[in-house]
Amino acid sequence: MRRPTPAQTVGPYFSLALDWPQAHQVTHEPPLGVAICLRGQVFDGDGLPVPDALIEIWQANGAGDYPTRGAASGYGFGRASVDSEGRYTFLTHKPGPVTPQEAPHIHLTLFARGLMNPLVTRLYFGDEAARNQHDPALAQVPLARRATLIAALTHTGYCFDIHLQGPLETVFFDV
Amino acid sequence: MRRVAQPATLGWAPNELPAYRSSAKRAPQAAAIALPSHLMPSQGPRWGPEKLRAGAGDLTTQVPGGTAQGQRILVHGRVSDAAGRPEAHALIEIWQANAAGRYWHPADQHVAPLDPYFLGAGQVLTDAQGCYEFLSIEPGAYPWGNHPNGWRPKHIHLSLFGAGFAARLVTQLYFPGDPLLPLDPIFMGIPQAARRARLVAKFDLLHSPPEWALAYRFDVVLRGHAATPLDAH
Ligand SMILES: [Fe+3]
Repeated sequence: MRRPTPAQTVGPYFSLALDWPQAHQVTHEPPLGVAICLRGQVFDGDGLPVPDALIEIWQANGAGDYPTRGAASGYGFGRASVDSEGRYTFLTHKPGPVTPQEAPHIHLTLFARGLMNPLVTRLYFGDEAARNQHDPALAQVPLARRATLIAALTHTGYCFDIHLQGPLETVFFDV
Repeated sequence: MRRVAQPATLGWAPNELPAYRSSAKRAPQAAAIALPSHLMPSQGPRWGPEKLRAGAGDLTTQVPGGTAQGQRILVHGRVSDAAGRPEAHALIEIWQANAAGRYWHPADQHVAPLDPYFLGAGQVLTDAQGCYEFLSIEPGAYPWGNHPNGWRPKHIHLSLFGAGFAARLVTQLYFPGDPLLPLDPIFMGIPQAARRARLVAKFDLLHSPPEWALAYRFDVVLRGHAATPLDAH
């Protein structure tokens, strides 16, 4: 087995290559599910907004299926740079459960200056409390920290803030 | 006691690197949580040629009316998984400073000239054998304010999507013999010398288009299981 090439930080200038037009609008193979807006803000250890992060999401469609293997169109994938206040927005569809045991969720990967490795987390939905209760991945997370993975349903859509450090530090997962 | 999160892959950099100042307020303090592999998606996003901008594999001729200044280089290599299987049709995104060490980015205020004929961004896909190449110019080193008179070694940023969710990599390509390498906290953040060496391209005169460009070879090994996703999850 070969050892993987190590990661290096994305640095401050990634938008040159990684900002694509409309990449925050996630397209899906049908069935689509319910259209949703997903917003949030990224904070550092001082509670200050992080103005130079890149967020990628990867998710199943409304039926709980990841894009068909071989589909080469970027279905189910979204990418957004945060703005000067650390805010990001995605327009997507609510995923269905991938297996009957799992609650609907979206994988979220964060890259930023200062991070040698990407941070991977999972976003769950605040209005799926019953399913979240039995989700096998959430079950691996200490009870007191699970709330960091739940997106709140607000009048403007789902809100998922990311805290890199501090008392509200978001739970991140090994990949 | 503070617990510093360690990445799953031994030999990668710890998230928190005291010599890399920006990591202090950004590196998570809790250890990352491992999930059983069946709970992670086996696949990741894929793209076809329609994703590529025309001419995106040649960073030297992206602005009509001229060509980029600097030493022309051809970067090529092979992308594979840990078992050596090719990562076919992997999207590689590229960005870099110009020959003078300046990025075409509003946040870069280094007092070095912009090159009107070099924007410094490109894209390529690997072929069925996992091979890729792109044409560019050798980037300059640049100061970055991390520490007094701190300069980044010459480097090219690369972002790769392999065939699995775990096969996502953002890294940097460095140049052999650069005297700034042992002084750079980001390069030196990789603990073992043998792993750091993987980030240094090899000078490859045999692959150099004669009288045209110098070639460097940069092979990449991605994590994950490219050829055999277990199921449709
Ligand atoms: Fe750079």
